Amino acid sequence: MRTLISTGLVAVAAVVSACGTAGPAEPGAGGVKVWALQDPVLNPIEQKSIDFFKSGGGNASLETFGNDPYKQKLRVAIGSPNAPDVFFNWGGGNLKEYVDAGKIADLTPVLDQNSALKSAFLPSVLDGAKIDGKYYGIPMRGMQPVLLFFNKEVFTAAGAQPPKTWDDLLALVDTFKAKGIQPISLAGSQAWTELMWIEYILDRIGGPEVFRNIRDGKGQGWKDPAVTEALTKLKELIDRGGFGTNFASVGYDVGGASTILAQGKAAMHLMGSWEYVNQLGQSPDFVKKGSLGWVAFPSIPGGKGDPGNVVGNASNYYSVTSGSSQVEAAKKFVSTALHEDSYVQALVEAGDVPAVVGVEEKLAKAANSEYTTWIYGQVKDAKNFQLSWDQDLPAEKATAMLTQLQEFFLGKVTPQQFVDAVAAR
Amino acid sequence: MRSQRPSGWYAVPAYGFFALFAVLPMLLVVYLSFTSWQGLGTPVPNGTANWSRLIADGEAHAAVGRTVLLMVVSWLFQTPIALLIGVWAAGQQRSRAVLSSIFFLPLLLSTAAIALLWQALLDPNFGIAAGGMQFLGDPDIAIYTVVFVISWQYIPFHTLMYQGAARAIPASLYEAATIDGASRVGKFLHITLPQLRYTLVTSSVLMLVGSLTTFDTVLILTGGGPGTATRILPLHMYITGFSGFEMGYASSIAVVLVVLGTALSVAVMRWSGFRAMSSQQEGS
Repeated sequence: MRTLISTGLVAVAAVVSACGTAGPAEPGAGGVKVWALQDPVLNPIEQKSIDFFKSGGGNASLETFGNDPYKQKLRVAIGSPNAPDVFFNWGGGNLKEYVDAGKIADLTPVLDQNSALKSAFLPSVLDGAKIDGKYYGIPMRGMQPVLLFFNKEVFTAAGAQPPKTWDDLLALVDTFKAKGIQPISLAGSQAWTELMWIEYILDRIGGPEVFRNIRDGKGQGWKDPAVTEALTKLKELIDRGGFGTNFASVGYDVGGASTILAQGKAAMHLMGSWEYVNQLGQSPDFVKKGSLGWVAFPSIPGGKGDPGNVVGNASNYYSVTSGSSQVEAAKKFVSTALHEDSYVQALVEAGDVPAVVGVEEKLAKAANSEYTTWIYGQVKDAKNFQLSWDQDLPAEKATAMLTQLQEFFLGKVTPQQFVDAVAAR
Repeated sequence: MRSQRPSGWYAVPAYGFFALFAVLPMLLVVYLSFTSWQGLGTPVPNGTANWSRLIADGEAHAAVGRTVLLMVVSWLFQTPIALLIGVWAAGQQRSRAVLSSIFFLPLLLSTAAIALLWQALLDPNFGIAAGGMQFLGDPDIAIYTVVFVISWQYIPFHTLMYQGAARAIPASLYEAATIDGASRVGKFLHITLPQLRYTLVTSSVLMLVGSLTTFDTVLILTGGGPGTATRILPLHMYITGFSGFEMGYASSIAVVLVVLGTALSVAVMRWSGFRAMSSQQEGS
């Protein structure tokens, strides 16, 4: 019966999409419909930006959804009469699918006409929603690079220093194993946490071009020798016991990988910058006594990639749907409300690091400034910011890759088998 | 002479719902299975491409294998336990009512709650077996853990079926057997079991089709992991359709599921003589 329900869902999706070709929506009473993810911290701030827009004579309303349902709902809704006018997204290949389907409004003219708007954001972050030379999204929240967190107490007790190079990291694995501490915490039941490792290792070894070729279907793609080399390095770390033995059923939710780090059962944890706010919420004492440390991902000597490069989510973006009856109002909303002073200030106070030029002063004055200033500097100085691969690849390829990656971490497929499997898709 | 049975029009609402929410979606899915559709825009017909892909897709075949394993192991595990508890609960013991109510409890919980509960209990760092056996993290064990959790939830339901059926067995059959000097085991084997035959069929069909299409427990408990160790066919369909957004290909998997489920229940009905259902009780 449950299958029937899911089968029905696919069919309903078909019906909805068929209706969608009928024509654009009636202008809603609520003005510009903005869709975003449910987030107790961010939602009030998003509401603030809408209030700001309203105070300027505009009209808009906010609707929020949980993470996975959001992606599915968006998929079905875009192009239907119920499509939002403005929606939250991750940029990259994910957004490209919508752009290719002709559903997204080109924001390049808006940015070109308004140089103050364009120069308000960090270029590397603005580029996260640049597709085929055109801009399709405006950054609407903080930058989320991936970094290596560590438990300072555990490091002090072991007399160890955070790793600067790959060899340091391998040596630390042995150090912590000898002490009965899991060297690296990993929420392996969720493939995206495993993905962060290979993203960084490949960037350090082969530089950002290797993945760009994979994404664009150029050159050797996945068959580039750097991919196999990176996977082999990662395998070495897995086989050495870097992630312990039970990561396969550990999650990132409450009681998962972050808790292990906070309780000192694990020494390090590679995670997106949101981990700080997450730890602050789940284990406030751990953060407040200053035991949470962070460093950039170690360098790999001899590799082509710049050790300053970062991976992660550059930001989240608001994009405007092209079929919307409120296109002009929607464009006005995204071009006025997102770099405006009180919005940026609210993001900073929530512990976010907005992708806005010259925000250092605000960061320095707010709480957690040590952390947020570090993040800002890290991204600002990075030569390249690679978007998470699962966001940068089309959904079908990303899904196949994540499946293979989980098998790889379990030792079920070799580096070569991984490459062959993902290259075949 | 006017028929004593209700007019056929009475069934119209039922048929209407069935047509709208089962037949129509199924037809649409069959159509989608011959198209390529990313969930955006209009489905593009692509002939039998999805079907030839399905025939060559090793991951889908492995998922079918896991589904069959889950089905068989579930049936083997649930049936004896449900049958024995059901027959016991049909008796007159003093503790019966209290214990039966306790056994019945899992059925009152929602599937999502059960899956989350067991996930927390079996957490490798903070669960009851922390540091020991990895019930959810070991690819060779995880599927049996899934079977256990599903069984834990559904055994009470099947127990209830057996209990009801066992209650309906006339006491006179047992009295006659007692006079003939039959043992407890003899009575169970020669009276209870044959009398429960049709309940066994019904319960088995529900179990087999239920585990063929089981989805929510696995999604929440393991998400198909570790790796692909518990990625059964319905989950494979879901991941293909709603993570990979390959709606066309997911639809061909859905068609296979519908066909398998229907075939399975028809086959069980046929082989068990369920259609020729007759009462074996006194007076018929």
